[in-house]
Amino acid sequence: MAKTLKNAKGFWGTIVIVIVLSVVIQFLINGGTLNSFYVNTLFSIGINIILAVSLHLIIGITGQFSIGHAGFLAVGAYVSAIFTMKLAMPFPVAIVAAGLAAAVAGLIIGIPTLRLRGDYLAIATLGFGEIVRIAFLNIDYVGGASGMTVSHLITWPILVACVIITIVVIVNFTNSTHGRACLAIRENEIAADAMGINTTFYKVMAFAIGAFFAGVAGALHAHNFYIIQPVNFGFLKSFDILILVVLGGLGSMSGSVIAAILLTIISTFLSSYPEVRMVIYSLVLIVMMLFRPQGLMGTKEITAFFKAGRTAKGGMQDDKHTVA
Amino acid sequence: MEQFIQQLVNGISLGSIYALIALGYTMVYGIVKLINFAHGDVFMVGAFIGFYSITFLHLGFFPALLISMAACALFGVLIERIAYKPLRNATRIAALITAIGVSLFIEYGTIYIRGAQPEAYPNNVVPLKSIELFGVKISGQSILILAVSIFLMIVLQFVVHKTKIGKAMRAVSHDQDAAKLMGINVNNTISATFAIGSALAGAAGVIFGMYYTKIEPLMGIIPGLKAFVAAVLGGIGIIPGAMVGGLLLGVIEALVSALGGSLWRDAVAFIVLILILIFRPAGLFGKNVREKV
Repeated sequence: MAKTLKNAKGFWGTIVIVIVLSVVIQFLINGGTLNSFYVNTLFSIGINIILAVSLHLIIGITGQFSIGHAGFLAVGAYVSAIFTMKLAMPFPVAIVAAGLAAAVAGLIIGIPTLRLRGDYLAIATLGFGEIVRIAFLNIDYVGGASGMTVSHLITWPILVACVIITIVVIVNFTNSTHGRACLAIRENEIAADAMGINTTFYKVMAFAIGAFFAGVAGALHAHNFYIIQPVNFGFLKSFDILILVVLGGLGSMSGSVIAAILLTIISTFLSSYPEVRMVIYSLVLIVMMLFRPQGLMGTKEITAFFKAGRTAKGGMQDDKHTVA
Repeated sequence: MEQFIQQLVNGISLGSIYALIALGYTMVYGIVKLINFAHGDVFMVGAFIGFYSITFLHLGFFPALLISMAACALFGVLIERIAYKPLRNATRIAALITAIGVSLFIEYGTIYIRGAQPEAYPNNVVPLKSIELFGVKISGQSILILAVSIFLMIVLQFVVHKTKIGKAMRAVSHDQDAAKLMGINVNNTISATFAIGSALAGAAGVIFGMYYTKIEPLMGIIPGLKAFVAAVLGGIGIIPGAMVGGLLLGVIEALVSALGGSLWRDAVAFIVLILILIFRPAGLFGKNVREKV
């Protein structure tokens, strides 16, 4: 009990630090100290953190290898754009609607495909992402191939709020009964089934929650980049998100966040050489899998490094259990 | 009616290309249980090797086809030895992520080396006249594609069922450990599988280039994915299944375009995939295997 309280204190402490930091950044933005290049990078980092954390829930916690995450991003982006541009709704409403629409898409795709395992699930989700992209390509209401122009409504407070809510919800989910069930599914699905866990229910649940936050990220993405086009939501985008999770460590949320921050900064600096960026990304994936398949952090969280002595005895954080 | 038959012929031509690629997927999956995402890119490399041997070395169609097949076989073995072999005992997801990485590396490595601009295949390589059959004009190229793919499939059937290496391949895919105990060199057998599969993909690349005349470094992604769908459709790991699945998928796509849904053509393959995975996950030819705990 005391330990939970202590952990919770550390957790809320981190949140307070993040809020203070973001207020400082807000002042810097207002004061004009940060030019638009840095502001854009910060926005991209925030969006990528939400994407990485939402995919982390699906791959890292539940162990379901989904590579169609760009599909949910696209659903969120388009739904939010329709809400703000066509229906003239306020931006926060559009964000929630985007999340809900993506969650519904997650349910629709999750209920049939999550009965599949491993490779088949990967291919089915990839196929789903492509179907979503082609569907938007063929709907004239949202502009077809030429896409849709969206006004720049994203602001720093909204972004920070979304990031914090995403992280809080997913951390709490992971530590809840449902999260434990998802972890059990990751470790051994058949054993989890035998222990009475309704595996399909929990897989679909994790999938829908992950899709919800991917939709939120989609709404932010759409209102950050002025224009959304189906071509931006192909499977390369899915791989971009996947690499964040893989690099950070499958099963480590702080790892995904760190990877999201690092890779966004790197790719911003490499944005004038897109093919070099992709060559580096692919080499990182290959080398990572050959030499450190558990990713940068394994299944450890960053907090584990501050209390190394205790966990060694408690044995809560072990490196052996990982999805990869 | 005439247009319908015309579309059917187009579908069979496209389907035989899918079938050739799908064979590589299915053989590799049957033996190492890995979705070789890089297979579509081997197909792309094959198309480029064919293109360069026709334009720079001024070779005919068949020498270019052979060179491309040989080079792709080598390339496939190289990929297997460098990227996949160290991961043979790793988890499936690690292997899958590596395969995605290899695929991206080949695509963007090619763009980095030669740029992203497309190339136009010379279309006068094989002077073939069109044939009128039941009032339908069938282009010589369609017939050549079909002939080459059928020939390659017959050769493959012969290799798999009548030769020693084919027997070893079947044994390894059935039970790797038992095959090892029987004195089969598993590593060489897996390499041979990659070589044969990649050679077929290389051949498919040359044929594809000749039929569609435009090749580019990212051309392998979509045909590769669709060929995978074809392999799943026929039952992954089953060689005749890949052939039937490829042809079936090509015909379905052609019919969808004929019915006016040409913009939806790319989505059809994935819808087929999801439907087959839901209703018959073992594929048309597959047997349902119970999972052992």
